[in-house]
Amino acid sequence: MEKSLDLINARIRDGSARVVTAEEMPGIVDELGEEGALAEVDVVTTGTFGAMCSSGAFFNFGHADPPIRMERVWLNDVEAYAGIAAVDAYLGATQTAESEDRLYGGAHVLEELVAGGTVELRATSHGTDCYPRRSITTELLLEDMNQAIMVNPRNSYQCYNAATNTTDRTLNTYMGTLLPRCGNVSYSGAGTLSPLANDPRFRVIGSGVPIFLAGAEGMIVGEGTQHSAGSGFGTLMVTGDMKQMRQEFLRAAVMNGYGVTMYIGIGVPIPVLDTEIVRSTAVRDEDLMTNIIDYGTPRRDRPALARVSYADLKSGSVEINGETVRTSSLSSYRGARAVAQELKTWIEQGKMELALPTRRIDPAKRVRPMRETAVTPRVREIMNRQVISITEDEEIRVAAKRLLKGETNHLPVLDGNGTLVGIITTYDVSKAVVTDGRLCQVKDIMTRNVIKTTPDEPVDVAAQKLEQNNISALPVVDATNRVVGILSAIDLGKLFGGRWRR
Amino acid sequence: MKLLLTFSRKGRDDPGREPVIARVVKETGVLINVEKANIDSMAGEVLIDVPDGDADLIRRRLEEAGVNVRVMENAVVRDEEECVDCGACISICPQEVFSFDAEWRLCVNAERCVLCGKCIRACPHGALSQQG
Repeated sequence: MEKSLDLINARIRDGSARVVTAEEMPGIVDELGEEGALAEVDVVTTGTFGAMCSSGAFFNFGHADPPIRMERVWLNDVEAYAGIAAVDAYLGATQTAESEDRLYGGAHVLEELVAGGTVELRATSHGTDCYPRRSITTELLLEDMNQAIMVNPRNSYQCYNAATNTTDRTLNTYMGTLLPRCGNVSYSGAGTLSPLANDPRFRVIGSGVPIFLAGAEGMIVGEGTQHSAGSGFGTLMVTGDMKQMRQEFLRAAVMNGYGVTMYIGIGVPIPVLDTEIVRSTAVRDEDLMTNIIDYGTPRRDRPALARVSYADLKSGSVEINGETVRTSSLSSYRGARAVAQELKTWIEQGKMELALPTRRIDPAKRVRPMRETAVTPRVREIMNRQVISITEDEEIRVAAKRLLKGETNHLPVLDGNGTLVGIITTYDVSKAVVTDGRLCQVKDIMTRNVIKTTPDEPVDVAAQKLEQNNISALPVVDATNRVVGILSAIDLGKLFGGRWRR
Repeated sequence: MKLLLTFSRKGRDDPGREPVIARVVKETGVLINVEKANIDSMAGEVLIDVPDGDADLIRRRLEEAGVNVRVMENAVVRDEEECVDCGACISICPQEVFSFDAEWRLCVNAERCVLCGKCIRACPHGALSQQG
């Protein structure tokens, strides 16, 4: 049996359509079977409510008198992109305010507008014959704008990697706070309720399809940026009228140590046309797998430590290498349910009819990494290969002489086999002299937990280590922990002034 | 019940020089659990947990010893308007103060809180704060 969209819409119009949420669907299919569920259910509503950085809105402010061609525009001190027509601008959710006394960004401005608050518009211009004005400051409400059209380039990820951190320090990431030594796992996504997880082949989710967007009736534009459905990471570009949105489903947020983002509620209604759609909407948390990725690796390709299902993640803890680690969701499952529930009510009350895609989204497309034409400098290319080192059982006096003679501030400490076991600095030696005459060997004063780098580490990563640990040199070690060089803050200067060339 | 003890270390009557807590335990026989302590050269702050019935007694004795005592009823406070029930705080908290109920609503068991402040920084919505 198959069902036409016209039939489903006719049922929505006469109030007889059977609408269920994606959370209810697996149980219905278990009970009635696929054919039975197809006969019974007309629409499955989905929902997600989480951090979606790639969001923002186009505004048209109307013309002032005398008129201005806005070249730079700020809304509550947050700069909007004004490189479009005279009084149009796009405000991105993650853009932060110019004054840095608190973390305030585009998302806060968007939330303020939706909540009915006043926003200060400031704009500057060079002035033209047709637009003579050079600056303007005014206060606006959402209703004062001609248009406030939200256009989010990438929302509603099909699924997302869960995050953990194997390093010894707390990381502040877009995946939230990650405690050291795999102290926690954070994840995002609504699992069984997630819109794209219910139509992974993009049969009914595509351009032109009506959706719930932050309380407004929105629409899918098409594939989102970085869409990679071929690897399970499909995304959507969506749009909707901000004037219909509600604060409940559009919330500014700040990821500590990372920046501003925006939580948005999105729901897509799925017409149940055939048994294939019945099957895809019967998906459970247990069926949706994702990887736990080590965000302690500051590179594009981070290692996966475990593969888990959304059921595992939602249970509150998962196992990583035999240890139980607690999980935190960044998206709100309660919010996702509220979206799916409200969308269900809209359709039951005949407020929204469904449509099939006017253009399909490619279910096989995969994202590609950036093509980099300039070579990223590696530690190998700027490190100092003449390493002055010392062994752990030498006297401190010898270390002091060696530091002076070598005109250096850092001595990597080696054991009898030439392996790195510590580091001492001029500061350590001075401190030993001043505080306690009894300490006499290098091993008594050395730092054993050495922050180090490798020859092929990108210089940017090494520089970040220097800054975060407030140190000025890193021993460079090979795979067997032998010191092959030292990278000091001074070596970073080689990158400037044209001394570094490939 | 949790009591937050604060004292200045300036002056001659510096309670930080004396084994104040040990003395109170010895005299009263009440078992005090020290959950957090931060004592530097200028001031001290100690969070203790005592049985509810003995809280008044302990409070009096500590105050006599020159310690400022504040009863912490709601150590961590959740702003329901700001909270979206995401759960980012749940795995951050070393004391398992936060959990979900059956409806995926965030529940706060503030009694367990030791005021480490991790959740306050980690909350994406600025919904958590420390009792003022």
